[in-house]
Amino acid sequence: MNAPAYNFAYLDEQTKRMIRRAILKAIAIPGYQVPFASREMPMPYGWGTGGVQVTAAILGRDDVLKVIDQGSDDTTNAISIRKFFAKTAGVETTTSTADATVIQTRHRIPEASLHAGQVLVYQVPIPEPLRFLEPRETETRRMHALGEYGLMHVKLYEDIARFGHIATSYAYPVKVNARYVMDPSPTPKFDNPKMDNCAALQLFGAGREKRIYAIPPHTSVVSLDFEDHPFSRYRHDAPCALCGANDSYLDEIVTDDKGGRMFVCSDTDFCETRQAQGHRGSESAAPHKERAHG
Amino acid sequence: MAEREDSDQPLLMAEGLGKSYGSLTACRDASFALYPGEVLAVVGESGSGKSTLLQLLSAQLAPSAGQVSYRMRDGVMRDLAKLGEAERRFLFRTDWGYVHQDPAMGLRMAVSAGANVGERLMAVGWNHYGRIRDTASSWLERVEIDTGRIDDAPRTYSGGMRQRLQIARNLVTEPRLVFMDEPTGGLDVSVQARLLDLMRNLVSELGLAAIVVTHDLAVARLLSHRVMVMKGGRVIETGLTDQVLDDPREPYTQLLVSSILPA
Repeated sequence: MNAPAYNFAYLDEQTKRMIRRAILKAIAIPGYQVPFASREMPMPYGWGTGGVQVTAAILGRDDVLKVIDQGSDDTTNAISIRKFFAKTAGVETTTSTADATVIQTRHRIPEASLHAGQVLVYQVPIPEPLRFLEPRETETRRMHALGEYGLMHVKLYEDIARFGHIATSYAYPVKVNARYVMDPSPTPKFDNPKMDNCAALQLFGAGREKRIYAIPPHTSVVSLDFEDHPFSRYRHDAPCALCGANDSYLDEIVTDDKGGRMFVCSDTDFCETRQAQGHRGSESAAPHKERAHG
Repeated sequence: MAEREDSDQPLLMAEGLGKSYGSLTACRDASFALYPGEVLAVVGESGSGKSTLLQLLSAQLAPSAGQVSYRMRDGVMRDLAKLGEAERRFLFRTDWGYVHQDPAMGLRMAVSAGANVGERLMAVGWNHYGRIRDTASSWLERVEIDTGRIDDAPRTYSGGMRQRLQIARNLVTEPRLVFMDEPTGGLDVSVQARLLDLMRNLVSELGLAAIVVTHDLAVARLLSHRVMVMKGGRVIETGLTDQVLDDPREPYTQLLVSSILPA
């Protein structure tokens, strides 16, 4: 390979220092959105420019990087970001959750539990949980400062009034360290409990909105709810068609135009690991038989 | 008029209150005391400083001169300018109400009526959906809104309904003081009459103190116990409502009273 034309991990050292300062502040104040001078990255906004900058700032030469998009290691976004860092930083990459030291993610938290020393980097489109209720940034920052979170419950109230249950299924608001209400990025609410008391460091980067926030290891993360409508996870009522897992988050895949569909693990590494261990689902052994799941 | 044990102590006191913008004086030297359960109307023509005064009293604007003090729920008289922002905002969503002339300013137009009423409850820590909804529904009944419309957003409501919803939203935390800025402005006469009737009943039932800013002397006559007449930023006449409106002393007040069109 030719000598790299870019600085290690693409960003220049001063920019990385600036981002690291923001990350340190974010870790010191769990859940607080720290503004930072987000840079233009060689990818469009919405493709993970915030996550990429955070990853670039924390990556060291001996790190092992894993990138997932909706749980999958082999989608366009995941592959291009993995290649980007393989090229600009020359770091080792992996698809194994257990082997990775830095995991950049869009929309999922891996099924395998994370261990101490790992860093999970989230790509965040809209960091402000109160945004769609209160459009003024000056006002939402004041509400965070004063801990006025009644408005967050207005959103949940609206859900119940309209649908009979809390219908928010992703970007489900959480309270971090009993202080700041935080948007966990558009992860499904199925993943919310994994953030609580997690052994790994969790960093959130929003490139377009220029915000970084964090959950340090072993921090309490509580999903907001009502006493009479408690938080509940949602999962399709089916085993994975490939590995038979009953506890993983499932993607619904349409297989034909006659209503045929199958459910498979959204976390490809988790699913492949299980299949390698000999677990089989309905689809990996025999042709798929349509089953309706309520 | 509802009497409370502490009704001999003023709830709100203004002393030498003034606001100027450079050489322009919007309001000067306003002093008065408001007692629990008392309704004070501030009348005057457009540009006379009524709204400035209301904003000064409700601590939304910092005065250039003088001070406003308020008797908190613990009975201690506090200077509003010395309250922290958190305390002031807490006061604003619990012990005070503020009814805007334009309901769109005081309501969240895109969320349901129930959530609009429930917001203050959730802000003070209510965490039980069923109870919030029951309370919201009983308040809608009290302001004569069909409870079947609890899940409709106020943008589907008529002007009069919006204003009544705004009142319910403010009263749900049982405030002791309500500020009203032209509460009947922009409503047609029959809707005005119904709204005024409702407000008069609520104020006397709940023993609310209220400061009502209006240019409509009929509103002052129906709602208030006392009237303050403003002109050019100055309070020129105060007194009992009947006394001021039936026997005005100042030439300007006489002009105001005489300019009411005969019904």
